[in-house]
Amino acid sequence: MAKRIDVSGLNAYYGSFLAIEDISMTVEPRSVTAFIGPSGCGKSTFLRTLNRMHEVTPGGRVEGKVMLDDENLYGAGIDPVAVRREVGMVFQRPNPFPTMSVYDNVAAGLRLNGKYKKSELDDIVEKSLKGANLWNEVKDRLNKPGSGLSGGQQQRLCIARAIAVEPNVLLMDEPCSALDPISTLAIEDLIGELKERFTIVIVTHNMQQAARVSDRTAFFNLAAVGQPGKLIEIDDTERIFSNPSVQATEDYISGRFG
Amino acid sequence: MSHATLTPKNRSSLRGATLPKWFPWAVAAGSAAAGLGISTVAGLHSSIQWALIAAVLFVAGSFGISSRVEGRRQAKDRVATSLVWVAFILAVIPLASLVWETVKRGVEVLDGYFLTHSMGVVGDAEPGGGIYHAILGTLEQVGLATLFSVPIGVLTAIYLVEYGRGRLAKAVTFFVDVMTGIPSIVAGLFILSLWVLILEMGPSGVAGSFALCILMIPVVVRSTEEMLKLVPNELREASLALGVPKWRTILKVVLPTSVGGIITGVMLAIARITGETAPVLLLVWGTDFINANPFKDPQESLPMYIYLQYNAGSDPAHDRAWAAALTLIAFIMILNLVARGIARWKAPKTGR
Repeated sequence: MAKRIDVSGLNAYYGSFLAIEDISMTVEPRSVTAFIGPSGCGKSTFLRTLNRMHEVTPGGRVEGKVMLDDENLYGAGIDPVAVRREVGMVFQRPNPFPTMSVYDNVAAGLRLNGKYKKSELDDIVEKSLKGANLWNEVKDRLNKPGSGLSGGQQQRLCIARAIAVEPNVLLMDEPCSALDPISTLAIEDLIGELKERFTIVIVTHNMQQAARVSDRTAFFNLAAVGQPGKLIEIDDTERIFSNPSVQATEDYISGRFG
Repeated sequence: MSHATLTPKNRSSLRGATLPKWFPWAVAAGSAAAGLGISTVAGLHSSIQWALIAAVLFVAGSFGISSRVEGRRQAKDRVATSLVWVAFILAVIPLASLVWETVKRGVEVLDGYFLTHSMGVVGDAEPGGGIYHAILGTLEQVGLATLFSVPIGVLTAIYLVEYGRGRLAKAVTFFVDVMTGIPSIVAGLFILSLWVLILEMGPSGVAGSFALCILMIPVVVRSTEEMLKLVPNELREASLALGVPKWRTILKVVLPTSVGGIITGVMLAIARITGETAPVLLLVWGTDFINANPFKDPQESLPMYIYLQYNAGSDPAHDRAWAAALTLIAFIMILNLVARGIARWKAPKTGR
């Protein structure tokens, strides 16, 4: 299931503004890779280039190569819709579909993409909700609106929705920043379980979170406001947090930034 | 004034003197009495004059007393509050008197017979007759206009919000704005010259519907556009990130989220065109007989019926005009209530 991502020479633009410049890195399958860095350095933009969501933004444009195993996501004839089925995404703010029930939210990705039998859907919904550690809390209210859940439950619902379509890679854009510590813990545990099956990339502002959940950490930075963001270094999480090879990384992690 | 002396200002900087709750009512009663008194003495007879004097006295009086007792800030607050109330009453008076007048005069002949019979063999000066043919015509013309304009309007709005970039979208927005300002008589003349004079089709309900479409489409586009813009972008992105194609995202996520508002907008647009007289007068002509076929021969409609009956001048005709006006208002009010009901029913649910 899980696939390796290999990025080389990637630039992303908003209109004529170069947001991130010349990024090359490898994301290993069945592992968690964390992106850290100051606000505005292009972590989220880079994350969104990995499932071609960047071009959804007006003026969004990408140059370079993103290899998913041996297929270039930006190659000729690649269908962005098909890419997004392979590379799922969880957003910063929980965003369940407000018109749909818990069940329909999880089934949304499947239903909107094709025909499934009711029994098949039931199985997948149950499996996904169990996978997101939410089944026990919502099994009696599957037909209630998804927006009636608590924030932490909503975010796990969004994770269940994302894994229901069985992607190869799961991108998470600050999935815990709107949640309390207990919900955060639940989601971090979940990330630990999900990495057995998926390749996971997580953007986070929380250094401890990066240290707790990730196997590898990438540090992004920008020279000044208005300058493009760059990848400073990527290494094993332990090394980044104990003995980074670049001074800027150490400054950022230890709080002596700027 | 004794209040102010009981609570001297220097005792606590956080506590000031306040006037009792009945103060505005007392001032209102006092100024109304003073207004009446002044106009009686001065020999003014119009009720508008004493009401104006009373309103001015009320605002000035509450400002004066309040600034003495409570201080300038509270006094200004009271003046602002009174002005809001005066504006509110000024806005409500015409509405209330319109409804009152219409109901009072309308109920005289409004009954089952009136709603189910046409004017077929009834002369203008005779009592009797009804508005069945006008109701039928209005329903058919407005129904057809809705049928034509809603798909065009909603699809245009979807294009503008979800796809439109660059020049074409700007041009469409501009022309929608221009269309919003077209007077209904001009829309009627346009269809008259195209449909009746150039294509040589006779007057019919559908010709009126075309003119009503011109008036309705921009309203539908505008309201649908606003509703679609209210759908959070995160929902679109969530759906796209699941690998759902854009058109399905619009169909299954964006439209269901905003359908309540869109329906409300459509209902309001219907309410707006239901009262149109000018294009109907030019294109549907009007008849005293029942014509259920909107594609051939003149039809009647409620606003035109009101206009023609009022013009007829006799007392029975005036009664019929008022009853028809009451029916029209009731019809539009029911539409609005239905729209609110649907909007509430379809609104995204947050219940647990």
